[in-house]
Amino acid sequence: MIDILYFAWLRERIGHGRERLETTAPTVAALVEELRARDERHALAFADIAALRVAVDQELTDFDAPLKGAREVAFFPPMTGG
Amino acid sequence: MSVRVQSEAFDMGAELNAFSAGLEAGAVVSFSGLVRDSGGMAAMEIEHYPGMTEKAIAAIADEAIRRWSLERALVIHRHGRLEVGAPIMMVATAARHRAEAFAAAEFLMDYLKSRAPFWKKEIGTGGESWVAAREADEDALRRW
Repeated sequence: MIDILYFAWLRERIGHGRERLETTAPTVAALVEELRARDERHALAFADIAALRVAVDQELTDFDAPLKGAREVAFFPPMTGG
Repeated sequence: MSVRVQSEAFDMGAELNAFSAGLEAGAVVSFSGLVRDSGGMAAMEIEHYPGMTEKAIAAIADEAIRRWSLERALVIHRHGRLEVGAPIMMVATAARHRAEAFAAAEFLMDYLKSRAPFWKKEIGTGGESWVAAREADEDALRRW
């Protein structure tokens, strides 16, 4: 099982901030494909992954990153702190 | 190094005094960010990623301390709803000389902008909108 987290407008577009998923996706990109296939909300939210960032187990990474052993994957728009 | 992510307000003067007390460094630089009214704005809502936020800032601050041999570094960043004019965040750096203290403070600011998981939403009279990241924020990282 993997926890998937969404923040900012991505959270609003999907309709919730967290979900749990049983997945065998080997990479973040493969997980995104699985999520896109779930429903229209996910498909729309992930329409353009160039507009998104990803963190695996709270470390920023990229969409090619492997998911083996990962417990938490977070998707969000580019950060705007400071 | 001190990193705080909090919803409560903080007193910039008191923080800076506490930061500077007992320092052996010759230079302290601080920067504070306030909620700016970008036209018809009532407040700003700041979302963050609990757990990751603290870790990401600590890693950025560690890097600054190492690069510029800082004696101390401080980062405070608020989340939740903030009114126009309220302090959102502050950074402070203490080094032997001002060039190091200034550079480290700018480095911290540039990295906090686009590597720490915070998102800003402007709440105005006409509705709400997420603040978009700017290309310039990403460009700013390349100079380091």
